[in-house]
Amino acid sequence: MPDVVVIGAGVVGAACAHYAARAGLDVVVLDRGPVAGGTTGAGEGNVLVSDKEPGPELDLAVLSAGLWRELAGLGGFEYEPKGGLVVAEDDEVLAALTALAAGQGVEHTVVEAGRLTDYEPHLAPGFAGGVFYPQDAQVQPMLAAATLLRKGARGAGRGTPSLRTGVTVTGFLRDGERVTGVRTDRGDIPAGAVVNAAGTWGGEVAALAGVHLPILPRRGFILVTEPLDEPLVLHKVYTAAYVTNVASDSAGLETSAVVEGTPSGPVLIGASRERVGFDRTVSIPVLERLARQAVELFPALAARRVIRAYCGFRPYCPDHLPVIGEDPRAPGLYHACGHEGAGIGLAPATGHLIAQALTGGRPGLDLSPFRPDRFDPDRSGTGTPAKEG
Amino acid sequence: MTRVYDLAVIGAGPAGVAGALEASLAGLDVVVIDAAPRPGGQYHRHLPGSFHALRPGALHHGLERFMRQWEALRSRAEILLGHRVWAVERTGGDAAGGTAGAAMGAAAGAGDTADAGDTVDGTVGATTDATVTVRCLAGDREERPRAVRARALLIATGAHDRPLPFPGWDLPGVLTAGGAQALLKGSLVVAGRRVVVSGTGPFLLPVAAGLARAGADVRGVYEAGGRFGLARHPLLAAGKAAEAAGYAAVLARHRVPYRGRHAVVAAHGEDALTHVTVARLDADWRPVATRTVACDTLACGYGFVPQLELPVQLGCATRRDADGTPVVAVDAGRRTSVPGVYAAGETTGVGGAELAEAEGRLAGRAVAADRGRRVPPLPALARRVDRLTAFARALHEAYPVRPGWRDWLRDDTLVCRCEEVPLSAVREARRLGATDARSVKLLARPGMGWCQGRMCGYAVACLAGEDPAAPRRPIAQPVRLGDLAGLEHPPSEG
Ligand SMILES: Cc1cc2nc3c(=O)[nH]c(=O)nc-3n(C[C@H](O)[C@H](O)[C@H](O)COP(=O)(O)OP(=O)(O)OC[C@H]3O[C@@H](n4cnc5c(N)ncnc54)[C@H](O)[C@@H]3O)c2cc1C
Ligand SMILES: Cc1cc2nc3c(=O)[nH]c(=O)nc-3n(C[C@H](O)[C@H](O)[C@H](O)COP(=O)(O)OP(=O)(O)OC[C@H]3O[C@@H](n4cnc5c(N)ncnc54)[C@H](O)[C@@H]3O)c2cc1C
Repeated sequence: MPDVVVIGAGVVGAACAHYAARAGLDVVVLDRGPVAGGTTGAGEGNVLVSDKEPGPELDLAVLSAGLWRELAGLGGFEYEPKGGLVVAEDDEVLAALTALAAGQGVEHTVVEAGRLTDYEPHLAPGFAGGVFYPQDAQVQPMLAAATLLRKGARGAGRGTPSLRTGVTVTGFLRDGERVTGVRTDRGDIPAGAVVNAAGTWGGEVAALAGVHLPILPRRGFILVTEPLDEPLVLHKVYTAAYVTNVASDSAGLETSAVVEGTPSGPVLIGASRERVGFDRTVSIPVLERLARQAVELFPALAARRVIRAYCGFRPYCPDHLPVIGEDPRAPGLYHACGHEGAGIGLAPATGHLIAQALTGGRPGLDLSPFRPDRFDPDRSGTGTPAKEG
Repeated sequence: MTRVYDLAVIGAGPAGVAGALEASLAGLDVVVIDAAPRPGGQYHRHLPGSFHALRPGALHHGLERFMRQWEALRSRAEILLGHRVWAVERTGGDAAGGTAGAAMGAAAGAGDTADAGDTVDGTVGATTDATVTVRCLAGDREERPRAVRARALLIATGAHDRPLPFPGWDLPGVLTAGGAQALLKGSLVVAGRRVVVSGTGPFLLPVAAGLARAGADVRGVYEAGGRFGLARHPLLAAGKAAEAAGYAAVLARHRVPYRGRHAVVAAHGEDALTHVTVARLDADWRPVATRTVACDTLACGYGFVPQLELPVQLGCATRRDADGTPVVAVDAGRRTSVPGVYAAGETTGVGGAELAEAEGRLAGRAVAADRGRRVPPLPALARRVDRLTAFARALHEAYPVRPGWRDWLRDDTLVCRCEEVPLSAVREARRLGATDARSVKLLARPGMGWCQGRMCGYAVACLAGEDPAAPRRPIAQPVRLGDLAGLEHPPSEG
């Protein structure tokens, strides 16, 4: 009997399995599809500290950024500590941006208008200035997830987590309140503990255990250009509007392009945010807006061709925070889901904290803002009640 | 004010032209759009003028017929050649299909939906108030975006070649069967070349016959499937005796050997093709014995992949054809699952030019009827489509791709040429937990390059252990960011 069953082989499930195995636990990872076939395969790979307001998510992001740096030592996936440049349209926005940076307490440099092209030679003129965040990085999320599962734990001298693809979790084994394993379409698997890392489907999995998690899909489109022969974009570059969009509660369409080059040559332009359920129908106006914003940042991109676009569904909680920790309503069930547009960035910290919780250690961060039961209406807590779009 | 056509037809091959002609004869206002500078589609377009006179009777007849339809159409419909369609959208209309698009249009402040209610007449049907916007890029080097709007859409975008990888398939001189057909355009290029034709399916015959007639030295036709040779070619069984005999006569006249259960399994040369390895195959296509054949050109084709990105963009339901290939699902009137959207020709199943044309006619008539025009029933046409469809199914069953081709590959054989992904990388992705083509692509990058998996998609799906899925390409053709960014005010048409 494994110590832990992890549901979901996305980047979050992979990180949970990795750190649990490193802590000496015997781990089985289940996914109904392939490795990284969920939202992890539709994301962009930004590991950002720059876009978060001071608070629990920023704490998680800072912890995670450090862990990614360390995990990159495993090899097997691209990790580029390229830094992020946030630019401001006018002086007022610049003032807000620098105030935010000062409050975040993370490493940054305020860049005056005249120096912006030192960072990005092809940036459009006319921006009021910006802030550079050296800790912002890029990972290839699919290979990162696969690597964490495959050779991750070997370095620490423990067994690797075992991955079983094509297995769908259909229910839970219970002993009273307690969760003692999973039911799957391939038979029951008893386990010491179960981790729900089912991403956008985390709410459905929680419901199988009779507990409520309000996780909704928030759609995003990404544009990919033809490979460029010389790099046009050196860092992650976005406008300050991105920060307000990320934190928005609106169901409507919001876009604020994050533009960056990749080692294989194409430029990635992401990403839109809108709540339209799991609708994959292509929305040309969304693609058009992303393109416009990218060209506004880098006019030279206008002549480059987009060869591909794709969309995915971020796992979205009403208060924009992930759910991390054991569920008091179903002991033995741990949640690690609902990371919205930051799950790749936040995966290592999430895995690390879950492993600490699984082994009875003291978590390195206060987990109470991420409590699974914070959305229950009959609980008087700090959590915001669920708000449906 | 933007002109709204009754019907937009994408594709000026046999299916699109026949459909457009029927619809315009019934009184509809029709626009035909094709990326190519000339009409004709996969097949008719590539025949050079001088070559026409040399065709055996049946095929000559086919081309004449097509040209007559084209001439008739030109005076009745708007024709936009050299227009690549990169996206189609449906706006307005019924709640089911229209809400998301309409909300999106409003959010972007685009004028696309503003005049969706400008229906001029009292036409009937569920399709009246929905419109389709076809996004094109016009011109070659000086391309500019152009939007065309219509109340109904016929998708007749055909199919593209389906190659299989093998060592050396990336050498200059190795072509797809369709590529070789395109070469024939200038017969000068072909004459004197030493050509080997290999692959599977009935289209190898016209390719080989065409090349031989144009003066190429065809060193052999290697059909991986057929065990019986030309004398018992399935075309004969399917009642296409005249056509098959025509090809056989040409091949015999030019002393071209035809071998069933043989295939080219490797191509060799330093910078360009010098010779190929031909293998005799067992029933599963595993090589049994090999020899080399000197040549400078290899035309290779293992069937066709219907181009489904546009119907998939619109959310049209797909189904699997007899050989597992995804195709658009249509009813007897070639209506897709999306109201106002029709499909005909190879997008609904590969079956040859004759079937494509008949399906196109059915579609054009159905559009006209659905838009309230009087269209007398033509049961003979429907029967003809049924008969040709049965024939196509028989051919699919006669020419399955067998799994043994994987044994032709070596670790370093490129599976994806655009991204230079070798077989070993695909295997590594599978070891990492990729269980389908999409996850193989995410981990190892096959299909991420310029052609977006059109060439390698089939092979990658097979190597990942699944039937290929319908392609999801929200952008069907490369489009400049500047053009994409400037879409708000599509130039008015008409
Ligand atoms: C367009 C876009 C851009 C993004 N960009 C970024 C970015 O730049 N940086 C960033 O940090 N984040 C980004 N994200 C967000 C990020 O992709 C997600 O937060 C993250 O991938 C979530 O990972 P996950 O492991 O929780 O979920 P997933 O990757 O979705 O994994 C969940 C897995 O659970 C499996 N599963 C579900 N139900 C069951 C069941 N019943 N039984 C078995 N298995 C099941 C699924 O098959 C799936 O594989 C982006 C997202 C989108 C859509
Ligand atoms: C080498 C070869 C030999 C063949 N030999 C025979 C034969 O002997 N007998 C026979 O019956 N059939 C033969 N065929 C098959 C025949 O070509 C097809 O059956 C027929 O052309 C299908 O007609 P269609 O109208 O469906 O598509 P096509 O003829 O393929 O026409 C599709 C058209 O759509 C256009 N198009 C596609 N996508 C876009 C886009 N995004 N934007 C704008 N335009 C677009 C293309 O430019 C093309 O003109 C052969 C095919 C090949 C390749």
